[in-house]
Amino acid sequence: MTGRLARIARTTRILSSVAAILLIAGCTNYYEIPIETPIKPKLDVSAFQRVLVAGFIAGGTDDVDGNLETTRLLRSQLRTKSELRVIDTDVLPLMEVANEDKGEPQELKADSARTDGKADGASDGKEGKSDPKVEARGEAPQPASADKAPVIKDAKDLEPYEHLFADVEYWKKIGEEYQNPLIVTGTVMFTPHQRSGIVQREEEVYDSFGRRRVVPVRTYMERKGYILQPKFIFIDGRTGTVMHSENFREEVLYNANQSTPALSSYFELMDRLIPSFLSTLSSQRIKGTRVLLE
Amino acid sequence: MPIRTLTILLLLGTSAAPLAADARSDAKKQVQFGIAVAQRGLWREAIYRWERAVQIDPKYAEALNDLAIAYEHEGDLEKARVAYEKALELEPNNALIKQNYELFKEINDRTTRKDSQDNQNP
Repeated sequence: MTGRLARIARTTRILSSVAAILLIAGCTNYYEIPIETPIKPKLDVSAFQRVLVAGFIAGGTDDVDGNLETTRLLRSQLRTKSELRVIDTDVLPLMEVANEDKGEPQELKADSARTDGKADGASDGKEGKSDPKVEARGEAPQPASADKAPVIKDAKDLEPYEHLFADVEYWKKIGEEYQNPLIVTGTVMFTPHQRSGIVQREEEVYDSFGRRRVVPVRTYMERKGYILQPKFIFIDGRTGTVMHSENFREEVLYNANQSTPALSSYFELMDRLIPSFLSTLSSQRIKGTRVLLE
Repeated sequence: MPIRTLTILLLLGTSAAPLAADARSDAKKQVQFGIAVAQRGLWREAIYRWERAVQIDPKYAEALNDLAIAYEHEGDLEKARVAYEKALELEPNNALIKQNYELFKEINDRTTRKDSQDNQNP
């Protein structure tokens, strides 16, 4: 009963606002006009010419390497959609670095993650440097000891590593090595997810005359999918301090009998949040329509 | 003497309405010109015209609405907000102004949300 009343009230409201618009439109001259609202970037990155997507502390499913995939994807997006020059280099083994952080001198820490520091995939051929063949394909190279990585299954497991992002000395050293770029790093959780409940789907039915109809049917359904929770941290390579950080959460669910590869779900979810990520560094224009009045 | 005062008051009263009508008519000319140039993409000129219109007739809600749209287009969201709110203050039941404002708020809220996340600790 309450639901019906609410529906009636909602319909009345919609009708009255439509009537009001028609009434005003009848009395006033109005002109629809397309506009493009420029949105300033969240960060002023004018002081930087280069950007280093350093790597991520990633966890969740073993089917997708959140660190490598996120690094590779962000580098390729920044290469085409930002004015900053993207530094192509090895992905920093941040989990290792965070583990070593307990009492190890800065020199050793930086050495364990050292790379050539040249932009555009240039390499001098030393051990642990970028593989030019891999870089040419636009793929991020494998970190030296990815197999040693401890297991991170949920957001709580990330906590012991988070202190690394506040390690000003470490990031300053990385910044010096790469000629003071803007550093992008953070955490990525990509976890399998399951949910069951009533969902509405469409079903084909045929009546006694053989006519086809599509009717909505509400059924109980088991669904499974993934949750992607990245946290992007932007660090000033000149000072090693965090300039900005942002959390995102996206999820996708499929029918339980549908088999969707984890990697394609990962890209589907990343596609949704890439515009927000890019808007941190570069300006955007939002298209819309408004009504000018006389 | 009281007759003379009464006559003056009466004259003033009758001339006030045409004066207001004149102001609206002058402002409307500016608004119309602003619309014509905005449709050709000359938003800066449109802003100048609509600002003139609001100076001439500060109670012209439609001019404030148009000005708000132009500020929005120029990315000056704070000025746009102020202009929309003034327009709605003058004509709270104008559904077209309300509709424009709602669309504006969606964008404005998004940027405000962004700002609040700035300098957040990791």
